[in-house]
Amino acid sequence: MNFDFSDDQKMLKDQARKFLDDKCTLADVRKILESDASHDDAVWQGLCELGFAGAAVPEAYGGLGLGALELCVLAEELGRCVAPVPFSSSIYLAAEALKLFGSEEQKLTWLPKIASGEIIGTIAATEGAQAPSPNSVKSKFSNGKLSGTKIPVADGETASVAIVLVNTGGSGEQALSLAVVDLTDASVTRSPVNTIDPTRGHAEIIFDNTPAELLGNEGEGWSAYKRVEAGAAVLVAFEQVGGAEAALNMAKEYALDRYAFGRQIGSYQAIKHKLADMYVKLELARSNCYYGAMALSSDASDLEIAAATARIAATEAYRFAAQENIQTHGGIGFTWEANPQFHYRRSKLLALSLGSASRWKDRLISELEKSNVA
Amino acid sequence: MDFNDTPEEAKFRSEVRTWLEQNAKLRDPASAKAGRSEKSEAERLVRAKEWQAKKAAAGYAAITWPTEFGGLGGTPIQSVIYSQEEAAFEVPRGFFEIGLGMCIPTMMKWATPEQNERYVKPALYGEEVWCQLFSEPAAGSDVAGLRTKAEKDGDEWVINGQKVWTSGAHFCDYGIIVTRSDPTVPKHKGLTFFFLDMKTPGIEIRPIKQMSGDSGFNEVFFNDVRIPDSQRLGDVGEGWKVSLTTLMNERLAIGQGAGVDYEELLKLARETELENGPAIKDSNVREKMADWYVQSQGLKYTKFRTLTALSKGQVPGAESSIGKIVSGPKMQDLASFAMDIQGQGGIMQDVDESPMAGAFQNQWIGAAGYRIAGGTDEILRNIVSEQVLGLPQDIRVDKTVPFNELASSKKS
Repeated sequence: MNFDFSDDQKMLKDQARKFLDDKCTLADVRKILESDASHDDAVWQGLCELGFAGAAVPEAYGGLGLGALELCVLAEELGRCVAPVPFSSSIYLAAEALKLFGSEEQKLTWLPKIASGEIIGTIAATEGAQAPSPNSVKSKFSNGKLSGTKIPVADGETASVAIVLVNTGGSGEQALSLAVVDLTDASVTRSPVNTIDPTRGHAEIIFDNTPAELLGNEGEGWSAYKRVEAGAAVLVAFEQVGGAEAALNMAKEYALDRYAFGRQIGSYQAIKHKLADMYVKLELARSNCYYGAMALSSDASDLEIAAATARIAATEAYRFAAQENIQTHGGIGFTWEANPQFHYRRSKLLALSLGSASRWKDRLISELEKSNVA
Repeated sequence: MDFNDTPEEAKFRSEVRTWLEQNAKLRDPASAKAGRSEKSEAERLVRAKEWQAKKAAAGYAAITWPTEFGGLGGTPIQSVIYSQEEAAFEVPRGFFEIGLGMCIPTMMKWATPEQNERYVKPALYGEEVWCQLFSEPAAGSDVAGLRTKAEKDGDEWVINGQKVWTSGAHFCDYGIIVTRSDPTVPKHKGLTFFFLDMKTPGIEIRPIKQMSGDSGFNEVFFNDVRIPDSQRLGDVGEGWKVSLTTLMNERLAIGQGAGVDYEELLKLARETELENGPAIKDSNVREKMADWYVQSQGLKYTKFRTLTALSKGQVPGAESSIGKIVSGPKMQDLASFAMDIQGQGGIMQDVDESPMAGAFQNQWIGAAGYRIAGGTDEILRNIVSEQVLGLPQDIRVDKTVPFNELASSKKS
């Protein structure tokens, strides 16, 4: 039984933590919250210089050639510090989609630049306040041109390339394909959109006869998108675990510092049991994440189940820790000056950005019905 | 990352497997979850003793114990490997866990070499069964609040009082007991610990009928029970310290909840028709099933993390403390929900009429007790928050006051 990360992976994690503890404190995150910046470029450039952006990109495309497990440990650290960087868009989603479904030429064109951090990539699937699905994606692709509106797109203002979920005209799931689009083309219009978590920039992107090419086969976009989503779900789950642990620690420190009725509030069972519940959810999530990491790194046949399980557990752990962290703080926790808001915002952003928990639960049970794991 | 054994672990596993194949019968997977054996407890005890003797002779009855006590001098991971392999075989269980998991380790730490020479081996070989006499009507979670009196009389102690929730007292040969020897000092300081022969005159054992209708536990009454001072473990007044040796082993000895889980719920949901089609297609059913599946997997993989630490020769992390906090309420909620799916018919607890012979109804009743036994949900949360998270203990009003001046329940 060796259900743990290797010493090398733990060293990579430590290295990331040291860098982030120094360069990406909550004071740094606050600067992004209070500015119009889409992300913290100094932190992002620093991560790229350390080679992290290209960690899981093969050496042939300019990366370090490490695997998914290395991305998992980095993700946990990024989540812990609520990093305001385009890591998930560019790496978990765009780079992974290119790795999985790109042609050799597409990989050679985009991956080296993404791996070095020279450009940012993203994925553009959602079209308004509903989950993307074969019924709801209207953006039209034909004859090498794309038209339509995607909103919200993470890092949509700063990204140079997007993997776009497009409608290519078939019926049902076959209606959808993936396309790769150069966002610097003059036909692309982008504008920022307000979200619950301004530390991560989002945009509306309007395509108007924009040159684009298919990524993978026409009509296979929905299954490809779900495969990309599943991989990203594992990585985001590690961010959620990192965030949940940070929120728990913040609540714990406050519960030890704050006195009420003549004693530390952390000595009251109402607080102690709340924090114990945070810990229990966190450890369940972490254990499920480990299995997700194992499934992702081996591209296991049960990746969809493992990813859904990790995502559901981690979403719940972060939701609970973030909201009950504010509750533990009392009134001060609801002020702009206090830090609990960072986790509250980020936890909901991560909970929704790859699809809601309800959708993943339905997805999980569908898979279990199929595989008859029962 | 993998789930594989190390070469040494694989070798041990195959040795164990070979031995089990030669000495026991494989379990029929179909009947694995089907209720309990129809044999009487007395018959099962005879079989269990025979099996225990075989196991002990092969060295597998106490893998981690030192060889001088009849153990194998093995590692915790070897012990886990043995349990994993044994689980696939039809062997008797449920008689020696408390004795070998809690009582004898306490003896090994506190009894004299001569006493251990006398008692350890017969317990290991299943010839003598042990029970633990701690809880009392007025001392449950607060076990140090116990009142059973021990008074010194020459070379003997005279015990008077009552214990409760004593598993197996009715078939046990020996027991360990903690008593109050001095009520005039604060409660943790006035305790003294003994072991005793359960056939000693003055001991009366009455089964407790649980709300499930079963009787796994007993009340044990002590009326002028005389114990020689030589059966005292630890110094007079040091009983709490000795108790901690036993209690440290309790959470290890109390197993994870078995019973119906996600798989059975999925089966039920597939087979049950609701108004708008099969229950498995109902979104509320699906959401809940997903939550319990995720919890079950989380517990399973948490165990794998613990095993990984053991396999590497490390002390497992605090994550192993979450098991019962999660599994108790899950057993109860899942069973309750499965009964809801059965609609009006869910009230039936009937071997012939209820789905899966009433397994959900049985679990719904039983889980109410599982959430209390061996540490209530609330006590376990205190333990996590204090010992894992480092939060302060509750303010204690009982730490410095003499025991006989403490406030107590009106009726106890």
